Amino acid sequence: MSTTTREPGALAPRPGAAPRGRIVLRQALFELRSTLRNGEQLLLTLAIPLVLLVGMSKLPASLVGSDRPVDVVAPGVLALAVVSTAFTGQAIAVGFERRYGVLRLLGATPLGRTGLLVAKTLGVLLVEAVQVVLIAAVALLLGWQPQGSWAVAVLVLVIGTATFSALGLLLGGTLRAEGTLAVANGLYLVMLVAGGLVVPADRYPAAWQSVVALLPSGALGDALRSVLAEGAGLPWAQIAVLAVWGAGAGLLAARTFRWD
Amino acid sequence: MTSPDARARTGAAVVVEDLRLAYGATQALDGLAFEVPAGSVTAVLGPNGAGKTSTVEICEGYRRPDSGRVEVLGLDPARDAARLRERVGVMLQSGGIYASGRALPVLRHLASFYAHPLDVDALAERLGLTTVRATYRRMSGGEKQRLALACAVVGRPELVFLDEPSAGMDPQARLVAWELVEQLRSDGASVVLTTHLLDEAERLADHVVLVDRGRAVLAGSPAELTGGGEALRFRAGPGLPIGELLPSLPEGSQALEESPGSYVVEAPVGAELLAAVSAWCAQHGVAPADLTTRRRSLEDVFLEVTGRGMRP
Repeated sequence: MSTTTREPGALAPRPGAAPRGRIVLRQALFELRSTLRNGEQLLLTLAIPLVLLVGMSKLPASLVGSDRPVDVVAPGVLALAVVSTAFTGQAIAVGFERRYGVLRLLGATPLGRTGLLVAKTLGVLLVEAVQVVLIAAVALLLGWQPQGSWAVAVLVLVIGTATFSALGLLLGGTLRAEGTLAVANGLYLVMLVAGGLVVPADRYPAAWQSVVALLPSGALGDALRSVLAEGAGLPWAQIAVLAVWGAGAGLLAARTFRWD
Repeated sequence: MTSPDARARTGAAVVVEDLRLAYGATQALDGLAFEVPAGSVTAVLGPNGAGKTSTVEICEGYRRPDSGRVEVLGLDPARDAARLRERVGVMLQSGGIYASGRALPVLRHLASFYAHPLDVDALAERLGLTTVRATYRRMSGGEKQRLALACAVVGRPELVFLDEPSAGMDPQARLVAWELVEQLRSDGASVVLTTHLLDEAERLADHVVLVDRGRAVLAGSPAELTGGGEALRFRAGPGLPIGELLPSLPEGSQALEESPGSYVVEAPVGAELLAAVSAWCAQHGVAPADLTTRRRSLEDVFLEVTGRGMRP
């Protein structure tokens, strides 16, 4: 089989786009593969959450505030997984793809800018699906007994993803690549330690508790804990906090996002 | 209203009229106007900072001008971006590819966006990408450029924008890239390339637009632009009747003895001029010495128009 491009007419124009849905899916899978092959991303999205899950579920009950630490820790680690992928990972990727002209070039292909954003969102959801399966499996091995409705938990995860995606795109779409890298990783750590992501809001000093409740990290962590650890229904207050952050960041990102 | 047939009607793949664009206090484009004939290779030539990249970015629909009109394949690149994306191939001046991407997977991925892509293996083979194992980040400048060129043409576009395509390429790679551009044209695609390399424009372009300070200062085929100023010189004994040559030369030619024994014939340099001079020499029993011809190169034109001094 010898295909060549040299015969006359081999390069003759024959424009046409592949079906739109297929293009977006190909791009989403490309993004998924890129994340799973990137060592730093794996550290952020899987290694750190899993180490925290195992480590914190062995902490004394008095420190975690529950007889069954894993029941409190697992929902927080799921919240951390969302932040690591939708926010930190996406912001860093977007920052560098802007710098290297990747967004600019892909926007000029049949994928287009809208297609690229849809594919990125789909890619984030696919990575999160991998994270949720692995984290849940390890947590169950550690004796996790999730309460509440899975459907509500998934809904909260999706709302959290939307909020943190908006924040990630706002960050990655405006700062320089190095700035994004520093801020995205820094905020990941801050939210992890002081933002109520893995540590329940009520474990912080009283003055800080009310701040944590209004942070998107605290809202997502507490929302997942209220559903999965306490079996509560839809956590409206936390959803409202997430919605406000998401809408604000989304509107701002739509105005400030730079493609190069 | 612009119909898809506008291109057939005007015979132009790209029409740019009175384009203006300012970045802050800098007027990058200042009334730029030119046309890209369909099926041609058009070189947008100019010194650094002349506005070449801004022009291409506007044609790609990536940037909007402050004022002016652009028509690409009969469409408005800003408003009809979605319809143009599958018909237009783009090679950026640098980058555009995932830093961690490898040549073949990236090319295959982009090819999957199109309904009738070129055969990826054949294209990669032709551009010497088959054996490139490095990630984009670690590729040589020439490898990066060849991959970007492959990505620009893999979707079989009608129109290709190449921004400084051979920057960083070694001579072999340039030749491969040039052959690809020449075949694109002979196979019916239109190509717009920006360059500051005069030999590249001279070799590839049917049509050259010389841009300086945001304006098109000259446009035409390389032959038209370099026409005039051609001359043939030789030395022979002094006092020969060189004026006898004039009747056999095109109108407007000149033939003189510049200094004793040193003759110059100003006329289009070609076989006919050489034949006429040879016949005249034979007639007078003269053996010409130090015979040289001079053609204006694009470089001469470029420097005449844009000035020889360094730009601040």
